[in-house]
Amino acid sequence: MAELRGLVEKIRSKNAGPFWLTIDIFCGNRDCFDRVSAALETGRVASLFKVSPETLKRFDIADLNVIKFSLPRPSVQGTRADRDMHGAAWATLLEDLEI
Amino acid sequence: MATVRVLIPTGALGLGYDRQALERGVASQPDIIAVDGGSTDSGPAYLGRGQSKYSRATVKAEWRELMIARAKAQVPLVIGTAGTSGADSAVDWMWDITRELAEELGQTLRVARLYSGQNPGKIADAFGAGRIISLPAAPAVDAGVIRSCTNIVALAGAEQVQAALATGADIVIAGRTTDTAIIAALPLMCGCNAGGAWHGAKIGECGALATTNPASGTILITFDATGFTVEPMGATARATPYTVSAHMLYENSDPYLLYEPGGVLDVTEAKYKALDDRRVRVEGSVWRSGKHSVKLEGARIAGYQTVSLTLVRDRRYIAGIRDWVAGIEARARADIAQRMNIGPEDYGIEIRLIGLDATLGGLETREVTPAEVGVLAIATAPSEAEATEIGKILNPYLLHHALTADEPMPTFAFPFSPAEMSRGALYEFVLHHIIELDDPMAVFRLVTEDIGHG
Repeated sequence: MAELRGLVEKIRSKNAGPFWLTIDIFCGNRDCFDRVSAALETGRVASLFKVSPETLKRFDIADLNVIKFSLPRPSVQGTRADRDMHGAAWATLLEDLEI
Repeated sequence: MATVRVLIPTGALGLGYDRQALERGVASQPDIIAVDGGSTDSGPAYLGRGQSKYSRATVKAEWRELMIARAKAQVPLVIGTAGTSGADSAVDWMWDITRELAEELGQTLRVARLYSGQNPGKIADAFGAGRIISLPAAPAVDAGVIRSCTNIVALAGAEQVQAALATGADIVIAGRTTDTAIIAALPLMCGCNAGGAWHGAKIGECGALATTNPASGTILITFDATGFTVEPMGATARATPYTVSAHMLYENSDPYLLYEPGGVLDVTEAKYKALDDRRVRVEGSVWRSGKHSVKLEGARIAGYQTVSLTLVRDRRYIAGIRDWVAGIEARARADIAQRMNIGPEDYGIEIRLIGLDATLGGLETREVTPAEVGVLAIATAPSEAEATEIGKILNPYLLHHALTADEPMPTFAFPFSPAEMSRGALYEFVLHHIIELDDPMAVFRLVTEDIGHG
């Protein structure tokens, strides 16, 4: 077991427009990609955001050693409930996941 | 075979770039200089107000350098999404800066302004007629919501930018465009590979972000009949198949598809090849034409806000901070119910705890005991005066509220006087929709003027 942040190069989250959030996990090499790709269940990421797994779009991109998740933003950008205008901090939620 | 070289000085005007990289770019004989002036990424207020995020002084300083570069290269200079949002007032702001600079630099210029602003009433009518189609995760809207927008813009694509270039303009100041349209327009006009044109435009839209040295800013994309070549202009910047292909991930919910006015780009089969240690060749991207539809963005006022910040460092209060905050909110709400003519559903009090969970709220998973907690109190109300009143009702409790009844009155740290800060209007995005157009220029306006001493 290891925490995701200790395994991968970088976890980035960004707005994909005001209504979507996209998260890129940069694994850095093929071994790490294979390990994370196999062990990281979409449902665990969904539960971090308290949404159902079907809400997430997932892309396992072997050519880049990247696993990407996209989901409707937990709060629409800039609304009264929003806390993170650029969607940058949601990436840190994934850092502590045990792999 | 048509070859078109597009120089992108920086990811956004106002963001900065390496001057030597720009010089190198101008020396490499581009056919056009294209720069992005904004996006929705900084939130709805910039569109709602129609004002720039970056300082006028910074934008003017960089635009001056680009106008000089344009004169040297003798090619068109295009800015898309001028003034952060591309609203009509932001285009006019950029137009003012351009006229000032033309005067100061002694340049004679033809300038085309491409306006993207929409009349909310007309968009509401189009919505009523079923011509406005929602995109995935779009908010629920009705004609009334659309009418209440302070600004609505349509995102111009390549055709609209081409119409502006066809005026023979030296400078095009475009309102809202897609990030890629200003880069793809000329290669498409000259018959370059369409998949390559859109894909290269996506790679170049953030300047040197698709290279090993993003801060160098300037990048040159060469388009031709079969694809495109990426070449960074910074001395140490390198484009690699990895940095280039990974850029499709950036701010894009699907790394293989990019929807644009008039079709969709599919890069599933794209091949990335290193030409040497700093240039990358890309071929195999596919463009699939569809109906000409353009995306709409709108923003409206969703209330007014007054905020304050209180710093709590007392250990006992940090341990009991949630009870403390709940007590403050309850006392303030009771005062508001008695003293103000506003119902509980018409205003909001939200107190966020910086150091505990201010960023993630209910999604926070870490538990820590911080040295101090920043108490960010946010009052939202239908008017600025009411928001300020609520902020002032909160004030004495944030300063002195005691956890228990039988203790001496505590005092906490206010970093500012006055403690309350009016944020003015709270804006919200209300449109994530498209409108289909028979004529690409149907919802855009083009104005061309010659300026300077001829």
